Amino acid sequence: MFRQARRKALQHADSAALRRDQGAWLLGAATLTLVPHFVTLPAWVSMLCTLLLLWRGTSLWRGQGSTNRYLILLLAAGAGVGVRLAYGHFFGKDPGIALLAILLGLKLLETRSMRDIRAAVLLCFFLQLGLFFENQTLPVAALALAACLLSIGSLLALSDPDAGTRERIRTSALLLGQGLPFMLVLFVLFPRVQGPLWGLPADAHSGMSGLSDSMKPGSISELSLSEAIAFRAEFTTTPPPPALRYWRGPVLTDFDGSTWRQRIHTLGDTPAYVPTGQKLEYRLTLEPHNQRWLLALDYPAGPLPGARFSSDFQALSQAPVRSRTRFDLAAYPNTTIGIDEPQRVLNAALRLPTSGNPRSRALAQELAADGPSAAATLDRVLAHLIAAELTYTLRPPLTGSDSVDGFLFDSRRGFCEHFSSAFVFLMRAAGVPARVVTGYQGGEINPVDGSLVVRQSDAHAWAEVWLPQRGWIRVDPTALAAPGRIESGLAGSLPVGEALPLFMRPQFSWLREIRHHWEAVSNSWNQWVLGYNPERQRELLSRLGLGDVHWSALLGLLSLGAALLMAALFAWALRNRRNTDPLDRAWAAFSAKLDARGLGRRPAEGPLDFGRRIAAALPVQAEALNEIVTCYAQLRYRPPADPAAIRELNKRIRTLKLT
Amino acid sequence: MGVGNTLSAGASRLIDRWLFRLGAPEPAPIVLGQRRIYVLPTAAGYAFGVALLVMLIASINYNLSLGYALTFLLGGVATASIIHAFRNLLHLSIRSGRVEPAFCGDSAVFRLLIDNPRAARRPALRLRARGESTSFELPPGTNAEISLALPTRTRGLLPLGRTVIETTWPLGLIRAWSVLIPDIDNLVYPAPELDPPALPTQGAGDALGQRSMRQGDDDFAGFRSYQPSDSPRHLAWKVFARGGPLMSKQFSALEGGDLELDWFALPDSLDDEARLSRLTAWLLIAERSGHRYALKLPTLYFPLATGPQHLRQCLRALALYGHATPGTRHVQAS
Repeated sequence: MFRQARRKALQHADSAALRRDQGAWLLGAATLTLVPHFVTLPAWVSMLCTLLLLWRGTSLWRGQGSTNRYLILLLAAGAGVGVRLAYGHFFGKDPGIALLAILLGLKLLETRSMRDIRAAVLLCFFLQLGLFFENQTLPVAALALAACLLSIGSLLALSDPDAGTRERIRTSALLLGQGLPFMLVLFVLFPRVQGPLWGLPADAHSGMSGLSDSMKPGSISELSLSEAIAFRAEFTTTPPPPALRYWRGPVLTDFDGSTWRQRIHTLGDTPAYVPTGQKLEYRLTLEPHNQRWLLALDYPAGPLPGARFSSDFQALSQAPVRSRTRFDLAAYPNTTIGIDEPQRVLNAALRLPTSGNPRSRALAQELAADGPSAAATLDRVLAHLIAAELTYTLRPPLTGSDSVDGFLFDSRRGFCEHFSSAFVFLMRAAGVPARVVTGYQGGEINPVDGSLVVRQSDAHAWAEVWLPQRGWIRVDPTALAAPGRIESGLAGSLPVGEALPLFMRPQFSWLREIRHHWEAVSNSWNQWVLGYNPERQRELLSRLGLGDVHWSALLGLLSLGAALLMAALFAWALRNRRNTDPLDRAWAAFSAKLDARGLGRRPAEGPLDFGRRIAAALPVQAEALNEIVTCYAQLRYRPPADPAAIRELNKRIRTLKLT
Repeated sequence: MGVGNTLSAGASRLIDRWLFRLGAPEPAPIVLGQRRIYVLPTAAGYAFGVALLVMLIASINYNLSLGYALTFLLGGVATASIIHAFRNLLHLSIRSGRVEPAFCGDSAVFRLLIDNPRAARRPALRLRARGESTSFELPPGTNAEISLALPTRTRGLLPLGRTVIETTWPLGLIRAWSVLIPDIDNLVYPAPELDPPALPTQGAGDALGQRSMRQGDDDFAGFRSYQPSDSPRHLAWKVFARGGPLMSKQFSALEGGDLELDWFALPDSLDDEARLSRLTAWLLIAERSGHRYALKLPTLYFPLATGPQHLRQCLRALALYGHATPGTRHVQAS
């Protein structure tokens, strides 16, 4: 009983024309891989790729083969020139991705041989990796995984053109599922090297946002519309109250009339103060911002591996923070700082441009006319600012060249940079050393995982005043006009009717709830997947009781894990699935029973012949044997077999005792 | 053939002997167990490996955690595909099937019965032997007859020889294969001479053109009453239509008498192969025209007879002429 095997037409292995379903898989994989790149690719590249995909789609639909090779070469050359013109060079991730994307689009048109198609699938894999340059969040990971599944499906469709779609998806998913344990073992145990291996192209760190090292009107209010996370902090103890959540960024001393800038400072391995008072321990997970400041909570204790402390009390990383980085920090909020500040620092904190803002200068001189102490001057300036009834707003009107005068006397509306700038100006004009401090203030506790999330919208500018015997005192002039800014963040402090970012509006609290959950998941993702670096690897291995593992031991461990997984897969492959037909199983059991008596069924023997032979050999049980054989023959050759009858036959075979 | 070729042929024989443990044809059924299935990456597999290396370096350089994850996942998938390729061949059992003898120059068809004991499809398999290949797949839980047509260049016994069954399923990155020598051989008859001279007329000595009542298809000879075994083509429908009895038309063959095809009666100018070719052509013509024929070879004599069985025996003798007498297995061509 042969079933003629379905035979494919004998086709030469390397010149297969793409069949429609194979092409559809490949096109699907390419589309799913390319489309997410359109967010970052230049518009013309996205357009070109879309056109190429559509072109391939229609030619596939019409059943046309490959496109003219010279046309493709021409297009490729054109695209190369275009990329060169757009980026100025070929090296680096952005032009690289653009080139790869165009190449994939063109390769789809030129599917002349199996090799072309496999090359297209490899390009898909490269571009899936390329997705992670811009974004490594969970949704992008899911997208890349889906694209990966389709790409594997296309390879499968190439090697097995006769399989159905469902079978292809099932096999791809099975392969991915079996690849997953290998991935986990490799991910955890592969010896991690802190990149980069060589100098990265200049564009490697574009697109990171955050504070800058200078401040002029409008620079912080721009940031405050961004909901992006600046950093997260997980406190081992109770998080500090909002009024103490000042995360120190650049300290700006030099003022040229419009812009505040950092002054040159010295660096040391330990801070220039003695931490005292209450201690707060926390772990800071900093999003990359391509700058060196760590944004530690005032005032950090040292020394800290990989960090230095500046003479204006910032903690700075050795190198710009270009990947998400963790720091274990301790803060002493009640420390006194800068009592023994050198005179040149204080002089710099008194310097003002020679001209400009005459009304403010006059006001300051009026407030300090009777030569009060620095503390008294501070009280008077604060009192004046309160009395001036300034308004805190996200959209301050533009001020002219005398920005402080414009804010204090004309518009009287401003954001934190206006408040701090005006306050410091007044204090200096009144003869008290003062400077602007930028950073972040506040942050929101995520109720899901308890971490404190600080966003770009929490960017803030405040001030420090130097008082004799007391050192630098933090003063937040914004709090005078908008006390809610400190206690409850931006949303609580703006006047009614200001356009707030969507998530900050009170009526969208449910949206915030969802975001809390989502961000808690993202945080774990960031900590454990994206932030899995050499330190984290060491930490995990020592937690597993492996101590400090040398990389060669790590490789050994890795090989062991891979070998175990391979053995498991091998066992799976060797497992011979049992015969699924119950009737066959019953008959096999019967044959085995007689085989034990030396009366096994011969390969060429039909059931009835077999029955006659064994009945003759065992005359005592001839009747029982005959019944079984006849029953089997009936069930086998007169389908469909009744399951109940099969069970009955099974029972009879089981209870048969050969004498 | 250069020294290099000889060397490489010798090396591959050595590999066959020591690695694949091949020698004489194996008794059927040949079951592909785990010890005789080999796996190595294909060219596409090596390219994939290089691509993964590039991806790994990019991930290290740019500190892409998910880049690591993707690279490792693809590496894991490729590793799993090794097992899948291996499993696609595992437990297949191969038996010899029928063969179709061919005349030299035509294709000789070998058939192998390949049994798939697993209740799952075995896709994308390929059978290769003597430079020819055929792609096939096996339905779940049953066996299939796979035929492989090989071109023939010399007459004689043609064993299938070293046969490779392979697959690059599922991803085309890994090739799993097994080498076997199935116990199957085919017979290649000499190529019939293209324009042979007329059949020799000596033999039984009767005059030419004598009509004989040995039934043939050549000439109408009369009617006889219908017998159930008569061909419907020979029914005398016209007689029946006129209301007559059911009659059969009788034909007679134009008999040139019995033939003796004698090796030694051929002209001396012909060499052995030319003689074999001519005898082959004559045998075919004689069989077609319904003559009884005898074949006389230097060492063998087939007495007068006719019919496919007789033809096969004679052709076989011609095919094996001058070869060491082979065993008598597999002579039954069908």
